[in-house]
Amino acid sequence: MNKIADLPHPLTTPLENIDVSDPRLLEQDAWRPYFARLREEDPVHYQADSPFGPFWSVTRFEDIVAVDSNHQDFSSEPAIVIGDMVEDMTVEMFIAMDPPKHDTQRRAVQPVVAPQNLAQMESLIRSRVVEILDNLPVGETFDWVERVSINLTTQMLATLFNFPFEERGKLTYWSDVAAGSPEIAGGDVTQEERIPALMECLETFTRLWHERKGQEGGGFDLISLLQRDPNTADLPDRPMEFLGNILLLIVGGNDTTRNSATGGVLALNQNPGEYDKLRADHGLIPGMVSEIIRWQTPLAHMRRTATRDLEFQGKQIKKGDKVVMWYLSGNRDETAIDKADEFIIDRANPRHHISFGFGVHRCMGNRLAEMQLRILWEEIMQRFHFVEVMDEPERVRSNFVRGYANLPVRVHPR
Amino acid sequence: MPTITLIEFNGREHQIEAETGKSLMQNAMDNMVPGIDADCGGACACGTCHCFISDDWHEAAGSTDAMEESMLGMRPDRDDSSRLSCQIDVSEAMNGMVVRLPEFQM
Repeated sequence: MNKIADLPHPLTTPLENIDVSDPRLLEQDAWRPYFARLREEDPVHYQADSPFGPFWSVTRFEDIVAVDSNHQDFSSEPAIVIGDMVEDMTVEMFIAMDPPKHDTQRRAVQPVVAPQNLAQMESLIRSRVVEILDNLPVGETFDWVERVSINLTTQMLATLFNFPFEERGKLTYWSDVAAGSPEIAGGDVTQEERIPALMECLETFTRLWHERKGQEGGGFDLISLLQRDPNTADLPDRPMEFLGNILLLIVGGNDTTRNSATGGVLALNQNPGEYDKLRADHGLIPGMVSEIIRWQTPLAHMRRTATRDLEFQGKQIKKGDKVVMWYLSGNRDETAIDKADEFIIDRANPRHHISFGFGVHRCMGNRLAEMQLRILWEEIMQRFHFVEVMDEPERVRSNFVRGYANLPVRVHPR
Repeated sequence: MPTITLIEFNGREHQIEAETGKSLMQNAMDNMVPGIDADCGGACACGTCHCFISDDWHEAAGSTDAMEESMLGMRPDRDDSSRLSCQIDVSEAMNGMVVRLPEFQM
């Protein structure tokens, strides 16, 4: 599936050869000049030929907002990534549904990530962060991704689902498998691995659902919320929809925060002046968290499908065409964000970024993500003068998840 | 310049001299009123400028369109007086209007 040829030269290759769905662009961290050229020369770009079929790329901030907030013309069905689901495993999730069905399902789970509920979880999250950080080895190089980022987000997921804590590693595994197939996003998970893993996920959550159903009271975890809402109370009767929405909540709360928790360390190491600002003023952390989420853009794109023939920025888009919004590119658009290529932790308007998307599908867990990262950095700064990156990270091969397989670091206590 | 009172969730009041022709969101931001995030910058696309318009002022503030309805629909704390402040163009008819801000934006 993945091309063997070298990547084309970003500045001299004909525009029609620029295929930003090539998952090596993120794996090799080579994406910047390709998107910069599209924003400049062909901001709504047609790719006639790719391993995922033909698609449009929308690369400028304002155009992405326009597409993202127009769910009538740009549908989230049948899929929200460039690749389509493979036919023998078509899971259904509300991120890939249009209103009104999307709205009812989303409303059922939204309260769990509302700020009042999050405030109640803050001390639990902080105590888990503290434990992770206090157990890091001092004086030796270790992998930040494994020891901190994965650990943190997996514990958070287990908390949100009230999932058996000792089995929480399964959540991370299912998330990686669900988001990593070559057909969907150019990753390297095979069907032979994917299908049994997802079936196990379905069986596990079906069992948890029935166990919890008999219990008195009912908690404020995601499963209990779905059970209590009349629109989703019978969700396990529709197994592919049940699985899809569970996976959505796992992937949504896993890869994204994990890679931002890693990306922040990398960004501060690449910008030592910003790290100094942070050391001098921990009050910069909330704004820095937004800047990290922008700088990282943990999900590189979202896809829509045109519901009718229409003209958009002078281009003729046909009904059924795939329209891909490149959040990664929108977050580097100088016309919307001042000094967009730079990492600046005290930006004037740091929340004005596109990583959470816009419109009815805007990231439901955005406040949870921000809170996790804020607590992480508050506790890091209490303990460590410097989290030092020792070598280049290994990056994930995908056109969807912009992530890190590892990041070797050393911590230097205050 | 209509005078508009914005009340934070904790009860703190902010009286602003609002500029007509600008949105209520922009007026609140220009006057550094806390409690409105406006992540999308006024495109009716994020829902983080949610506010509640006091009963007597619904007519002056105008009505919601389909897009605003769909964004408001995702707010757990939505009620009959909910609006997105970026979708309210300030006019002289709003002189004296009282606006409450929510406990949180999301």
